[in-house]
Amino acid sequence: MTGNAPFLVVGIIFFLGMYAILFERNLIKIAIGITLLEASANLLLIVLGYRTGGSIPVYTLAGGTRTMVLPTPQALTLTAIVIGLATSALLLSLIILLYRHYGTLDVREIRRLRG
Amino acid sequence: MNWQIHLPALALAVPLLGAFVSPVAGLGGRLTRNAWMVLVSMATTAICILLWQRVVAGGTVVYVMGAEAWNITLPSGLSWPIRIILEVDAFSAFMVVVGSIAALAGAFFSLRFMDKFTGLEKFSALFFLLVTGMLGMQLTGDLFNFFVFLEIASVASFGLIAFWRDRPEAVEASFKYMVVSTISAMFVLIAVGFFYGRYNAVNIAAVARMLHMGYAEKIALVFIVVSLAMKCGAVPMHMWTPDAYAEAPAGVTCLLVAVSQASLYGLFRVCFSLYGASLGSTVVPWTIIVMGVLSMFIGVTMAVIQKEMKRLMAYHSVSQIGYILMALGVGLLSLKDPQAMADYGFTAMKGGIFHIINYTMYKGLLFLTAGAVFYSAGTRNLNELGGLARVMPLTTFMFAIAAAAIAGLPPFNGFVSKLLIYQSTFAVYPLLAVAALVTSVLTLASFVKVFQTAFLGPAKKTFEKVTEVPASMLLGMSVLTIVIVALTLFPGWTLSHLVEPAAKALVDQAGYISAVMGGGL
Amino acid sequence: MNPLSVVVRTICDIFAWFMGIFGVYIIIHGHLTPGGGFQGGAVVATMAAFLLVAYGGKKVLSFVRPGFYSGMETAGLLLFITAGFLGMGTTFFYNFLAGRGGLFGAVVPIGPNSGILNSAGTISVMNIAVGLEVIGGLSLILIYMFKGIRLFDDHAGRSESGHDR
Repeated sequence: MTGNAPFLVVGIIFFLGMYAILFERNLIKIAIGITLLEASANLLLIVLGYRTGGSIPVYTLAGGTRTMVLPTPQALTLTAIVIGLATSALLLSLIILLYRHYGTLDVREIRRLRG
Repeated sequence: MNWQIHLPALALAVPLLGAFVSPVAGLGGRLTRNAWMVLVSMATTAICILLWQRVVAGGTVVYVMGAEAWNITLPSGLSWPIRIILEVDAFSAFMVVVGSIAALAGAFFSLRFMDKFTGLEKFSALFFLLVTGMLGMQLTGDLFNFFVFLEIASVASFGLIAFWRDRPEAVEASFKYMVVSTISAMFVLIAVGFFYGRYNAVNIAAVARMLHMGYAEKIALVFIVVSLAMKCGAVPMHMWTPDAYAEAPAGVTCLLVAVSQASLYGLFRVCFSLYGASLGSTVVPWTIIVMGVLSMFIGVTMAVIQKEMKRLMAYHSVSQIGYILMALGVGLLSLKDPQAMADYGFTAMKGGIFHIINYTMYKGLLFLTAGAVFYSAGTRNLNELGGLARVMPLTTFMFAIAAAAIAGLPPFNGFVSKLLIYQSTFAVYPLLAVAALVTSVLTLASFVKVFQTAFLGPAKKTFEKVTEVPASMLLGMSVLTIVIVALTLFPGWTLSHLVEPAAKALVDQAGYISAVMGGGL
Repeated sequence: MNPLSVVVRTICDIFAWFMGIFGVYIIIHGHLTPGGGFQGGAVVATMAAFLLVAYGGKKVLSFVRPGFYSGMETAGLLLFITAGFLGMGTTFFYNFLAGRGGLFGAVVPIGPNSGILNSAGTISVMNIAVGLEVIGGLSLILIYMFKGIRLFDDHAGRSESGHDR
């Protein structure tokens, strides 16, 4: 049971992120929701690669008797984190621009495109 | 060593080089930058066409990045399919050719269209990054790299949609697109996580070989279908499409159309090559078909009431995506049953794949003509436009060709693919063909409206000084026009040489797997 | 944003250098220890954030030139793609330097060892390239975001014409 606890955390973070994106009205809070979603995906990958009692998968430790956690999900997660950084930076820049144009962060008032 | 072996990597490396050198080329002034942009896009197109030739002649091409073999073998004899591979079968090669032609037209068009903006070296860098992302999604044989290229394409397109950053609407559209596509990318990543957790592999062929339908696979499939349908603008999640397409610069919109096809490619690659016959029930095919019908109908009904030219066309692209989804959904439905496949399934696949190239070409051309009208007349509002046929005869001519093609008037290429779709979907359920026909009629009606209000009618005083757009923009449009005319004149050749190999490759799951894995694992 | 107190500035003076050196360490040990080009680059780019906070935007922006950082970014990207193209003899991104001897190609003995710094071939080159790119890119992001906040003051009169004639 306790082995599944990390997946539960992934699910909770995922739904928190979705909730923030769907129901929050402040642009910054939506951005936080998106980063939460990214965090849950990254955590899922890391948890999948974990082996009980495993050490860090570093070359210089290879060949010992200790188990290592899987390195591939960590590589995938690093890539996803880098991409996430680019997305968040762009997201926040766009929020700055939107604030400059509309003078508000409320999504209900930022709706010049409709129909 | 034969340099043609490197074609799949070159198709990605050349636009990537184009993107990275753009800031340097921008130092040399406007002429150098434009020359670089033309050079790189022409080289990319040439490479993609050569790649397609090679694939059609010699079968599926597999390319391993940075190593000699597709797996890593440890001294203990354990081997894992963890290399970064590119796998190009006839369907990928077809998509790559379509995408690169759209990119070429967009690049030509953007040379003068973007004149009044600052920071153009960043524009060309982002443009080529978008091309790289699109081609990468279509070439990769690896689920995680699909996600990476999806994100490259998304991030580049956020920047390009918001390129006119002093216009609030552009920033708003970009933000909306960003929220939608980041969510969908995260869904793809979660699905990749599920596959990795089950099979310790992200290679599509390796996963497909081991796949057993279970809960994890079903959840992953739901995530992938939802996210990629979201990215290609099918109906329940279509709200970003009109905004993003309408607010992006026209040359970029032409490319964005091709990028949405890349998401569609991913959807069908997963459904056909990854799951294939093990999909089991008919739930997923019917979901795709229903999504297609809804997209067709809702897209076109929303389009009829639009007053802004590009927004109207953007709603039409929602409805055209519906055709492709419906046709390939019918193909997926008949995948398990060889008799049904021979009767109508394969026709539907051919129709759908033919519609992909038709749709990208004429929709790209329509967006470019809308951009040309905007460039010259300064407005996109149909209530203000009128009588442009007198001052912009060439643009009018090309618009007429594209409009006739999208409406499916008989001699044009749109008619051929739509006819194939009508025939095959009628065999499944007559109502589908009826919906497609009604959509086609409504499409015709709304384009007649655009043609009549914007181009025909008396010359308006406000547009007296309007002239034809510059030559480079006309060149960009004529690239697509030539392709449309060629597809119109030689539908038989297109079907047998371009479309059929692609459809066969998509159906042939075992071939896709064995091309990578050989007898291994 | 105004400069912070003299305590903060003094500490920044001292620790900014350590941060830079630590970042470079992470970049060049990317193939041996956790970290690599991106992580090290991010640490070095934190220097820009440090300076912006401690010394205030006006002073930093007066002597930081964005051109320098974008040059760094471009150089990193070009180095990266060149390393990729040079592997073209075998395949794109092939590690053609590994095991050849020389600066990047020391041969690695099989079995546990303490790690040999100059052994990774093009991986080191790419780590350095990515490091350069990230230092430039992240610093630019920080600087431009800071400027974006200030744009409310001086934006008027610089808008782009687009296609409104």
